[in-house]
Amino acid sequence: MRDYFRKAWAIVAKDLTTEVRSKDMLSSMGAFAALVIFVFAFAFDLRAARAAAIVAPGVLWVVIVFAGMLGLNRSLAAEFDRGSFDGLRLAPIDRSAIFVGKALGNFVFMSAVEAIVLPMLAATLNLPFLKPMILVAMLLGTIGFAGVGTLLATMAANTRLRDVLLPILMLPVALPAILAAVRVTAGALDDAPFELWGNWLGLLAAYDLVLGGLAVLTFEYILED
Amino acid sequence: MARRDTLSVVLIGISGLLLAAAVFFTFTVPTAQRETGGDVQRIFYFHVGIAWVAGLALLVTFAASILYLARGEQRQHDIIAHASVEIGVVFGVMVIASGMLWARPVWNTWWTWDPRLTTTAISLFIYVAYLMLRGAIDDPQRRARFAAVYAIIFFASVPITYFATTWWNTIHPNLAEGGAFALTSSMRPAMFLSLAAFTLIYVVLLRARMHVEQTADEVAVLKQHMLSQ
Repeated sequence: MRDYFRKAWAIVAKDLTTEVRSKDMLSSMGAFAALVIFVFAFAFDLRAARAAAIVAPGVLWVVIVFAGMLGLNRSLAAEFDRGSFDGLRLAPIDRSAIFVGKALGNFVFMSAVEAIVLPMLAATLNLPFLKPMILVAMLLGTIGFAGVGTLLATMAANTRLRDVLLPILMLPVALPAILAAVRVTAGALDDAPFELWGNWLGLLAAYDLVLGGLAVLTFEYILED
Repeated sequence: MARRDTLSVVLIGISGLLLAAAVFFTFTVPTAQRETGGDVQRIFYFHVGIAWVAGLALLVTFAASILYLARGEQRQHDIIAHASVEIGVVFGVMVIASGMLWARPVWNTWWTWDPRLTTTAISLFIYVAYLMLRGAIDDPQRRARFAAVYAIIFFASVPITYFATTWWNTIHPNLAEGGAFALTSSMRPAMFLSLAAFTLIYVVLLRARMHVEQTADEVAVLKQHMLSQ
């Protein structure tokens, strides 16, 4: 077990080192996220009294999902473009360890982008985003998104349509998680009683467990070539 | 069909007769109560029959996908999975269309974000994405394997859609709960005839679609053979 995680961690370390040297993913995801926030600020008319508070949870999660898909595509397309995925496949490690490693790496990148997005949104929308429950929702949402997204991005990278296919595969599947995360964020932002939105936190956790588990179990079939 | 397929002809005949009988009973049962839509309520018999086939088709895909991965990747299982999703998606669209026709006069809107309606729409999008995934892969083995993984993981959306009326507060009628929407004895003939008719239509369509795929395989083999001569 310890050995398994050591091997998965080696893949995470590889991705982090590549990123520290090239800064490809974080710069593009960060710039994209900032631009989406900009677009939303102008696309929505925020003159009404509580307009900012009403759209805020949705804006937060749309930015996370869109920037996340950008990163997921890059993370796996890069492996296939350089042919380094064959190296991973040949390595004497469990196939699911490759998945865990790649998913963990994507989780770290998405979390880093979220650390930039959250203060930006708090400042531009003038809302108290730094609440423990919002952070829990972001943690759970990002776990589920990185897990399912890594599996689907690996599939998409192996098709003719490549990165164009990921949003089509990803969005319908991510919808339940987005819905739950938005409800939790809205509940926490409004200081509504926990009983009103606590269930959604449970749904988010169940989503991570079920889909994350299935992704770990089935990943080897996608690599078997 | 080039080859004489007697069984298909017989099945088409029986399903046609059942459908005609279902239509007859649908229009002769006493008009339902006003709150369920009066005459508009009659679309219910088709709506439920179609919804059942959509769920059944996706369940068949789920089972065939598991068999594909577990039983040494046989082409036959992939053909069933693919054919059944296509039928499931068509019937999924028909469920939503027939539901809208009923919702407009009864709920006074074509569409609302009710849990049952939302989960149905999400499931439909998931299986449209399945077909797009298949369409984007050229290598037949890889296509079958990716599709099987996708169909197994995301089948969860189908039972969630089914139980949506039990798990959440919904305005969608729930047959099991009784009340104004309960299945009374006068409604039973139309209901069960419609279920039987649509199930048989599903079987006919599945056989036809599988036949098309098998023929395409034969053509591909023949082409290879011709070209190599």
